[in-house]
Amino acid sequence: MSLWSRFATNRAAVIGLIVLIAVIIIALLAPVMFPKGPWAMVQRPFLAPFDTDGLPLGTDTLGRNVLAGLIYGARVSLLVGLVSTVMALLIGVPLGAVAGFYGGWVDEIAMRFTEFFQTIPNFALAIVLVAILEPSLTSITISIAIVSWPPVARLVRAEVMSVTRREYVDAARLAGLSNLHILTRQVLPNTVSPIIVMASLMVATAILLESSLSFLGLGDPNIMSWGYQIGAARTVIRSAWWLSFFPGVAIVLTVLALNLIGEGLNDALNPHLTRKGKS
Amino acid sequence: MAIAGTIFGRLLKAALTLLAIAVLNFFLIHAAPGDPAVVLAGEAGAADEQMIADLRAQFGLDQPLYVQLYRYVGNILTLDLGYSFRQGAPVLDLILERLPATLILTLTAFWISLLAGVALGVAASARVGKFTDSLITGTALLFYATPLYWAALMAVLVFSVQLGWLPGFGYETVGSGYGGFDRAIDILKHLILPALTLGLFFMAVYMRMTRASMLEVAQQDFVKTARAKGLAPSVIRRRHILRNALLPVVTLAGLQAGQLVGGAVLTETVFAWPGIGRLMFESLAARDYNTILGVFLVSALMVIIFNIITDIVYRLIDPRIGQKA
Repeated sequence: MSLWSRFATNRAAVIGLIVLIAVIIIALLAPVMFPKGPWAMVQRPFLAPFDTDGLPLGTDTLGRNVLAGLIYGARVSLLVGLVSTVMALLIGVPLGAVAGFYGGWVDEIAMRFTEFFQTIPNFALAIVLVAILEPSLTSITISIAIVSWPPVARLVRAEVMSVTRREYVDAARLAGLSNLHILTRQVLPNTVSPIIVMASLMVATAILLESSLSFLGLGDPNIMSWGYQIGAARTVIRSAWWLSFFPGVAIVLTVLALNLIGEGLNDALNPHLTRKGKS
Repeated sequence: MAIAGTIFGRLLKAALTLLAIAVLNFFLIHAAPGDPAVVLAGEAGAADEQMIADLRAQFGLDQPLYVQLYRYVGNILTLDLGYSFRQGAPVLDLILERLPATLILTLTAFWISLLAGVALGVAASARVGKFTDSLITGTALLFYATPLYWAALMAVLVFSVQLGWLPGFGYETVGSGYGGFDRAIDILKHLILPALTLGLFFMAVYMRMTRASMLEVAQQDFVKTARAKGLAPSVIRRRHILRNALLPVVTLAGLQAGQLVGGAVLTETVFAWPGIGRLMFESLAARDYNTILGVFLVSALMVIIFNIITDIVYRLIDPRIGQKA
């Protein structure tokens, strides 16, 4: 069976993929749909949803269009989720690969380092990093990457260790290939599928982290995001529930979609592994 | 004997980790844009010239970097976390004053999430593929995708604003004059929503883990033997499968306890719960870095302590561990 048909047997994963594609398209089209941007004041503040034409989700505390904010917010969530995951992979994969491949004291040092970062409460570290580096898109992305790489390093290390013991790697050594060549051409390509599965789940976690930081007021002050919308509406929850409700739904849907895709990829890429967990 | 050795090893490691975090804090202060003395004093204006000059002298900011590092780490190790100019009190006092509230919240959330998660995981694994399983797994998936702070806000909206069942704000009723038992009940009422919403995400994590672990152990040979002996399925599930399936869940729970402390920042912010998480949130707006770093250090310390406890519990559940090493 091809990869796609195996993925497609998991119906929830396909739904997740459709939702994610829809979110991506909406995010890309944001400037076309709302040329005035998410910060423009368009009407009286505190307009309830479903009441006013052209403002299906109402207006916020400053009379801004909630829907416009929601759609622009999708851009930040996806961007930060994706870029911080790539950065976390760029730290975790080489570190884990070197640790697993060389073993010995290299492994020992790399794993102590990883363990240290795993001990530190992840979200607290992210808060401290963003607060000290001053909130901006860059500092948020870097901070999320810094707290997200340890599981990658551990996964890659374990995978590399098991692959390195295979016979074809011995054969490559006997053929006189360099360590670097063996590691990058023979070993790492065989660890790609679990990394892909983990990465899709990491994007979901990164989106949650970004929204939590923005909620606390640590978002980029120039960029509209879902977490900021909810944080700004926190104090008026009693009078204007919709201001915090809709952005939350957007987060749940996007994160859920990514998690479902991750599970589908896991089923498709590691078919022999998953069956025991199911039926 | 084995346990004493373990505790010693863990304490040594804990001390090293704490030292590393102190060093990390030091470099973070220097990474912040601007003069470290001003950074430590909080937002400009909170401290006057004299205070800044005092800070400079105290930390020896005119000295080489390694002397500064030595002094800073020395201060931390003697539990001097600096002074919060914003709040006009030593950071350690501020934290100690608020620590009990955070401990009550995180420990309650921890036990709720662990017990409910394991119970649901066992229930789901007992009816694999059936409706109950899909319902539990689906709900867990939803909780897993829900931001902590949003769950908290929605809980306030429904149970506090709409239904009026539970208070959605604070630690106890201010000015109620309750004492003794009444006060305990009052605090408990205030605790329910924060603890539940903080535990929700972790409940989903433990549920998934328990379910997977139960199903995996159920495939093993000794379970087949027990079945062949004719033991009742409920006995097998409880005495044979669950006991073994709990091990990875306990490990995970120990690791996750740290995230619980981080999540408390969000929950305490929503519920105005007077713990160290709320303290951190207030310090963010005031740019009171000294307090922020102090809370960070203390929450890391809590994680380390959680991990040591987990390690010991783990060894008590499964005496095989630690025999080899």
